[in-house]
Amino acid sequence: MLEIIKQPWPWYIAGPIIGLTVPALLILGNKHFGISANLRHICAACIPAKVPFFKYNWRKEAWNMLFVVGIIIGAAVAAVWLQNPASIELNPKLVKELAGYGITDYESLVPAQLFSLGNLLTIRGFLIMIVGGFIVGFGTRYAGGCTSGHSIMGLSNLQWPSLIATISFMVGGFIMANIILPLIMTL
Amino acid sequence: MENSTIVNTAFDTDHEVRAQDTICINESHLTHKWYHNIKYILVGILFGIAFVKAEIISWFRIQEMFRLQSFHMFGVIGSAVIVGAVSVWLIKRYNVKTIYGEHIEFHPKKFNKGQIYGGLLFGLGWAMTGACPGPLFAQLGTGATAVIAVILSAIAGTWIYGYFREKLPH
Repeated sequence: MLEIIKQPWPWYIAGPIIGLTVPALLILGNKHFGISANLRHICAACIPAKVPFFKYNWRKEAWNMLFVVGIIIGAAVAAVWLQNPASIELNPKLVKELAGYGITDYESLVPAQLFSLGNLLTIRGFLIMIVGGFIVGFGTRYAGGCTSGHSIMGLSNLQWPSLIATISFMVGGFIMANIILPLIMTL
Repeated sequence: MENSTIVNTAFDTDHEVRAQDTICINESHLTHKWYHNIKYILVGILFGIAFVKAEIISWFRIQEMFRLQSFHMFGVIGSAVIVGAVSVWLIKRYNVKTIYGEHIEFHPKKFNKGQIYGGLLFGLGWAMTGACPGPLFAQLGTGATAVIAVILSAIAGTWIYGYFREKLPH
């Protein structure tokens, strides 16, 4: 059993588990699934600085911050006890493309050759980690949700603004991955 | 129960501020002791394990998705939406209550241009960092400590958005 769990989970197992988070949170206490709002709650709790957008009772949303604590614990559990001993299996075309940028280490789910504190001082690392992170935070709030809030909770509730947001996420991602990122990777 | 719910929402301005620019929100009108929130940690743990085991938090999987080189991520998101949508439909159809007996509330979301501008920006960032906000926290959990820099930057991005919110087109 444990050997099966250690294998990478197929989409038709993981997808429904993620989908079931929606009714689980609703039935446990009228909570609407989403994660990016926690970035705002952290601002509201730590650095509200009289900005009206951060002046609300963030304690009402403490459940969501604890949900994220759970995600961190769950990820650690999976990494420590349920780790797949083999490296990730990828499309050979991607492996070939990444080799051209010097990315050859597939040991970790987060490529250590890109994401390291030392790389923050390189142009490529700074763009990917700091600029990338910044627009994830800015963009999700501007859009009013992320993949969880819009693409899963919003679409589950058949909200058409969430469909527009999801299409925008995908368009942005396609442009970055196929046009801009190849340039950044060669820096 | 139903009446008290209506009375409570009518003048709840804190709810209005919390509901700005977000889907994920606590719609409950009940207040509980802190330990009632522990159950959300447990849901998060299951969710976090699925994130890692299905390699959703992998930068490589996100690159594959945006290059249309693998069906995996589309399958994950697609099947999650189908299961979520059927669940929400069932909750509405059979008026399923919370475990505290409260009516489960849904509010329609209004369209604004931010969903396009912000959505495009987030999409760009998603393909760069290979992670949306949920996976960022999960990556940290797997021991990728450098991701702290990405998370802090995302918090800074959120703060700057909040600061300039009124000046941005919506």
